[in-house]
Amino acid sequence: MKDRAQSIALPLLVAVVFVTGWHFAVKLTGSDIFPTPGMVVAGLVELAQKGVLVKYIVASLFRVASGFLLAVLVGIPFGLFLGWFAPAMRAFNPAIQVLRPISPIAWIPVAILWFGVSDLAPIFLIFLASLFPITTAAMAAVQNIQLVYIRAARNFGIRGLELFKKVVFPAALPQILTGLRLALGIAWLVVVAAEMIAVNSGLGYLIIDARNAGKRYDLVVAGMVMIGLIGLGLDLLVRQMEKLDQVRWGLSR
Amino acid sequence: MLATSRMMTEPSFSLAVSRDQPGSKIAVRGLWMTFQRKGNPADAVHVLEDINLEVRDGEFVCLVGPSGCGKSTLLNIAGGFLAATEGEILIDGEPVLAPDPKRIFIFQENAVFPWLTVEENVGFGVKRATAAERRDSIEHYIEMVGLTGFGRAYPQELSGGMRQRVEIARALAAEPDVLFMDEPFGALDYLTRLRLRHELIQIWQREKRTVLFVTHDVEEAIQLADRVVVMGKRPSRIRAIVPVDAERPRDVDDPLYRLLRDEIFGVMGLDSQGQRVSGESTGGVQLPPGLGPNSV
Repeated sequence: MKDRAQSIALPLLVAVVFVTGWHFAVKLTGSDIFPTPGMVVAGLVELAQKGVLVKYIVASLFRVASGFLLAVLVGIPFGLFLGWFAPAMRAFNPAIQVLRPISPIAWIPVAILWFGVSDLAPIFLIFLASLFPITTAAMAAVQNIQLVYIRAARNFGIRGLELFKKVVFPAALPQILTGLRLALGIAWLVVVAAEMIAVNSGLGYLIIDARNAGKRYDLVVAGMVMIGLIGLGLDLLVRQMEKLDQVRWGLSR
Repeated sequence: MLATSRMMTEPSFSLAVSRDQPGSKIAVRGLWMTFQRKGNPADAVHVLEDINLEVRDGEFVCLVGPSGCGKSTLLNIAGGFLAATEGEILIDGEPVLAPDPKRIFIFQENAVFPWLTVEENVGFGVKRATAAERRDSIEHYIEMVGLTGFGRAYPQELSGGMRQRVEIARALAAEPDVLFMDEPFGALDYLTRLRLRHELIQIWQREKRTVLFVTHDVEEAIQLADRVVVMGKRPSRIRAIVPVDAERPRDVDDPLYRLLRDEIFGVMGLDSQGQRVSGESTGGVQLPPGLGPNSV
């Protein structure tokens, strides 16, 4: 009970100190460009009233959801396959290791070349950004499965696709979920960057547009606050999934 | 309690008498096993040398021997998880080539699936036509291992001993003819081990499956087995097959029981204090309580 009260009161205290400090820092320096917290809240209200706030949030979330889902659909089967068949892993792993360190941001010109200024460009970038962590997590997860589970399943006459469905996939799931959480975090970082360059909507666009069209830094910071809050929400969502009994056994906390 | 205790130090004797017995369930014939280390053909580890053994249908046989003597290797070959270098193991007259649901292996490290509930684990190998039959079978075996009420629990919510019960129930629910048990109680604390031994014997008396049970604990072997197969250090041969013709449950404090233990120690080259008396290496033989540093 005391811990619970503390875990609410202490962060709240930090937030109050931070926001107060921010407010007086702006006032004391007399900056007429950087906004006070109050101006940011007013900016958020303004965006909400104009209807763009919800529109941009939905646009960003739609891109992340599409690209991420695509990466899940490709990355999990591909990673399971690589983890199970050692020759496939040996064939593909070097290519993956070369492609993986290339920042998704570096793909932006290529994405615009291939997909133009449309939703497809950021979706492609998010797909790329999430694909590698998901694939490598699934691959490592299969390689880390305790041999005794596979042997027990074989003993009960389970083989082929059934072995994958009943044992390999569920045994790999906790580590795959950790990979998904990592990938979703990266996807959310990438969507903002992609929207600054490749499209005309979304939270990333909001930030760059507010700066370019009139130095509205109150709206810039408002956009940043929304990105932070939604990112937190996405992470909490995956954390909820980690509490399921089917995966909790494999996640030490 | 102990009717007779004969000892056969000549292993081929057992083979000779039982070769033509119709009830022979498992037959190990001239089995050799050598592990080749990678890249160096000269560096080979000889584990098993000319193992011959007959196990009757419904018999409970324990394999004892020092750690690393190859008793687990023998069990893995019998389970179909390893291929022997030479020789073969026949079950019902058929050579073992692969794992089979008719003979279930129980692992020391516990192979209960942590992503399934107790019920789902026990039901894993159940082959029944209707859902109702399936449910009854699952319930029956959960009750048999004393886990009624824990059907919906996940393995991580159970103790080590309970998880090992789940594994035993899962194996029995598949209705195999043979159970291979590789030190199934080895990772458990002493009291849990005693209790599970007792329960295993009760279950075996009811179910009458053929059991091949590997342990390094001589006392455990005497308490469980119809016959104790004593193996030597690597490269391992069968040094003796000791019948235990005693009523169950067996009392560890029975003087005849102690006599039998000392006989097995004798074959292994140990005196009754667990001390080495011959040139035979004792390896990791676990001594019964009160007899050595390994006791609880």
